[in-house]
Amino acid sequence: MRIKDTLENYLFVLPAVTIFLIFYLIPFIWVFQLGMYEWDGILPTKIFVGLSNFKEILIQDNIWWLSMRNAGYITLIAIIFQNALAFMLAMACDREIKMKNFFRLVFFIPPVLSEVVVGLVWQWILDGNYGLLNVWLVKIGLPHLAKNWLSDPQTALTTVAIVHCWKGFGWGFLIFLAGLQTIPRELYEAARVDGANAWDSFKNITMPLMVPVAILVAILTVLGTMQAFVLIIAMTGGGPAYHTQVPVLRILASMRGSSRFGYACAQGIIFGLVLIIISFVQYRFSKRSRQY
Amino acid sequence: MKSDKYYRSKNVAVNVIVYAFLIAVALTCIFPLLWMFSSSLKTQETIFRDMSLIPKEFHFENYILAWKEGGFGRNFLNSIVYTSVVVFGIVVVSSLAAYAFSRFTFPGRNLIFYVFMAAMMIPIPGSFVPLYVLLNKLHLRNTPIGYILCMINVGLSTSIFLLKTFFDKMPKELEDAARIDGCSKLGIWRHVALPLAKPVLAVVVVLNALNVWNEYVLALIIFDSKPLMPLQVALMTFQGEFITRYPLLMAGLTITALPIILVYIFMQKYIVKGVTQGALVG
Amino acid sequence: MAVKFSGCLKGILVFAALGSFFLCGCAPRAAENKNKVVIWHWMTDRQAAFEELSRRYEELTGVKVIFELYAPSEAYSQKIRAAAQSVSLPDVFGILGEKRDFSSFVKAGHILEITPYMLADNGKWKNMLFSKALAVNEFSADNSYGVLPGIYGVPIDITTIQMVYNKKLLKQLGGNPNRPPATLEEFLALGPKIKAAGMQGLVSGWGEVWMVDCLANNYAFNVMGKDKVLATIKGKVPYTDPDWIKVLEIFKQMQDSGILANGLVTMVNKNAEQLFANEKAVFAFNGSWCVNVYNGMNPGLEFGAMLPPAAGSKYPMVIWGGAGSSFLINARSPKKEEAVKFLRWLTDREQQVYLAEVTLNLPANKDSLKKISEILAQFADDIESSTHPNIWGVSEFPAVIEALDKGIQSIVIGEKTPAQIAEEVQRIKQRELFKQSNR
Repeated sequence: MRIKDTLENYLFVLPAVTIFLIFYLIPFIWVFQLGMYEWDGILPTKIFVGLSNFKEILIQDNIWWLSMRNAGYITLIAIIFQNALAFMLAMACDREIKMKNFFRLVFFIPPVLSEVVVGLVWQWILDGNYGLLNVWLVKIGLPHLAKNWLSDPQTALTTVAIVHCWKGFGWGFLIFLAGLQTIPRELYEAARVDGANAWDSFKNITMPLMVPVAILVAILTVLGTMQAFVLIIAMTGGGPAYHTQVPVLRILASMRGSSRFGYACAQGIIFGLVLIIISFVQYRFSKRSRQY
Repeated sequence: MKSDKYYRSKNVAVNVIVYAFLIAVALTCIFPLLWMFSSSLKTQETIFRDMSLIPKEFHFENYILAWKEGGFGRNFLNSIVYTSVVVFGIVVVSSLAAYAFSRFTFPGRNLIFYVFMAAMMIPIPGSFVPLYVLLNKLHLRNTPIGYILCMINVGLSTSIFLLKTFFDKMPKELEDAARIDGCSKLGIWRHVALPLAKPVLAVVVVLNALNVWNEYVLALIIFDSKPLMPLQVALMTFQGEFITRYPLLMAGLTITALPIILVYIFMQKYIVKGVTQGALVG
Repeated sequence: MAVKFSGCLKGILVFAALGSFFLCGCAPRAAENKNKVVIWHWMTDRQAAFEELSRRYEELTGVKVIFELYAPSEAYSQKIRAAAQSVSLPDVFGILGEKRDFSSFVKAGHILEITPYMLADNGKWKNMLFSKALAVNEFSADNSYGVLPGIYGVPIDITTIQMVYNKKLLKQLGGNPNRPPATLEEFLALGPKIKAAGMQGLVSGWGEVWMVDCLANNYAFNVMGKDKVLATIKGKVPYTDPDWIKVLEIFKQMQDSGILANGLVTMVNKNAEQLFANEKAVFAFNGSWCVNVYNGMNPGLEFGAMLPPAAGSKYPMVIWGGAGSSFLINARSPKKEEAVKFLRWLTDREQQVYLAEVTLNLPANKDSLKKISEILAQFADDIESSTHPNIWGVSEFPAVIEALDKGIQSIVIGEKTPAQIAEEVQRIKQRELFKQSNR
């Protein structure tokens, strides 16, 4: 009986595990062991170099760590502003307000738009010479604030981070909204009966129940933002100099520009390890906070 | 839902601020859509010179041109089929697995789950090459099934993660009741867990639908012949190496944005109706 | 509600299953057609032109040539590499990348050597084509890549990369619309005037690093001559040499004089093209394909081609030019002979004239220049004085190239000085040389 039970349990995860084994694990192992070779991706011969690629990344590759810092900065801004925005919007839309459905639809437009459009539109808005933003700043009497948003080394990274927030908050919004919807209304009714006001309800009911969701969104945000690169290519090409370089761009540069496929794989593995560590820390934190 | 206002504010000022906030954010979201649409009605010459949102002339024929030249008919159908099959596959496979991770105990459960989580975090650069070789060996390259299976894999980890988090939060009483009534595990999954998880499932559907719908790199690599390509790849022909035919590209992008917005509108209902019914029934 | 949801799911399932069976059933299992040649390339701009040519060829010979064009080019590049890995390349294809990648493909046995075909009949085919175009597809006897010398690809068209200028705007600034600045001093002198007039000076896709590299290289040839540049690549001359610092200084001078457009260092080339086409910029640094692009955006644009203004007169100013796109033949393809015949036909005068007319690009066939537009002819005039990294026989390390180009970006935004960049680049060069000697 126990065996049958366990077998049934395995059957539930069987389809997922099978697909995963074939389409993820096999390519992963291939890429993983490639990190120990020096190979250009084309020649039939590969040179085994052991751990020297990894050593090179950890010790010599300053640009790699610069790109990590940049990605970390963008991610930090995303976690704070993007998710705060998403949460506030979700709260606002959870109540009974007019045009609720309209807002729900509209906030999801940025994620839906292809990166081509987003890149083009924001470039147009942020252009240092003829962009909408600067034209408008001059009009309202703040010409000294008009900068070359995307090519000034001081503003480039933050500008890129903000555009990412804009594109991504729709997801946080969606998940937060779904989370808010699963809080049973009776809890609020009961609290109101007990004499609690809006702030008390928020503090004692909404927040604790939303913490796991918030952690979930944070984990997904970190993973998504650390791996961002398409918008950056469209807006700044990773420049000026190295100011908006991010890890995925470095990996692409190793693959195509330098034709060092093995090195690129090693970079990917180190990148993955960093992400796992960050996510693990976040997940552990969420488990402990789930004592409610 | 009308009686569930827990946050009704009689304070007009607060309402005004809230509305202003919502509208401001909404404007920034609508603007690119409007720009895309208005650009699609301009011509290659005027598209960057005429900066206004409302074009001076309306060239609706861009849409017909884009449809014909992009070969959209066939590719549109392809995208719809690929997206539906992949989304359905992910919903079934990941909800089964997530439910098992959340509710069952079996040896290796945590290990397998962590491996899935790790997969979410390690991007494989150049994974296209081994996938290509693999599919070639399985004789699945340049076939829809090969692409569909790859895409199911892509969305698996995140979906399992999302679903398991929500299953963990779910109260167990309903399942216990069903089990006492003699329901099988699969039955509980289908009749109790899934309906309760509708909001999350809706998120999973939207997330994966969007991913598959907008995907083009893997499609371009796996498929050789144009009749099999999804819509996004066909769209890329307007963005040539040197010449980008902007108005047609914008028209094409507008066409591609529509179905996914429809999916979202449809799924929104489930997020809204949510779990309250389920909780009350128990 | 639960029933409705699962009913909805069932509906989708049925539809999807039917759909996928339909698609699977129609998965192309095309019968092995002896008369079919498949070509892969990334130039989707030319789809219509290629299809027309393919139609004509089929009428002529009965052989069906299928062009599969994939965009964007980065994704195409991955596809080709993946196909190479699983040894399933098509009959004819193009590759993206530098000479080094080209050499790897040859060494891996993917590319047919076509020297015998080129040299047959007293070199008839070879002599039809511009020598510079062919040189890019050739490996010379003393090449450093370890490839057997020979010709391995067929050039279809030519591009050069040089400067263009807006005649109308130049006249407004007090210049002669038919005599653009020929020396660096003249060029820089226009800087303040341009800024005062509220225009942009030079636009180019410097966000895409290779364009910076191209101009830097042009000036390097101009300042120190070809031999010294090649010696630097070979490691015999350091980048801290005063001549190299002089080259880097030129960029600083350009920035200080105001001749460079705002935001140039992150500009994408397509953006630069828009700005020039819409007459917001006076100069552009771009390739000969720009004629077609500008024509599409602003047919009334009056512009001319020019060489980058020379910084010194000891050595000539050299621009990059050579094969625009080339077709390579899969050495393992069973249709080799048909492929060769088709490519031979494609480079014949009539087809080249057609291509040049329709795509507004320079033909590879020497004899086809008669019908090209005047502005394109200006580009063509400079072909023989051009060079290209792919014909030097040596390649610089990618890490060094990146450091140099990003370094120039730093100079332009004022973060580093030319001397500092020279040192950094040289340091990376030493590191790479060290790694190479230890391998």
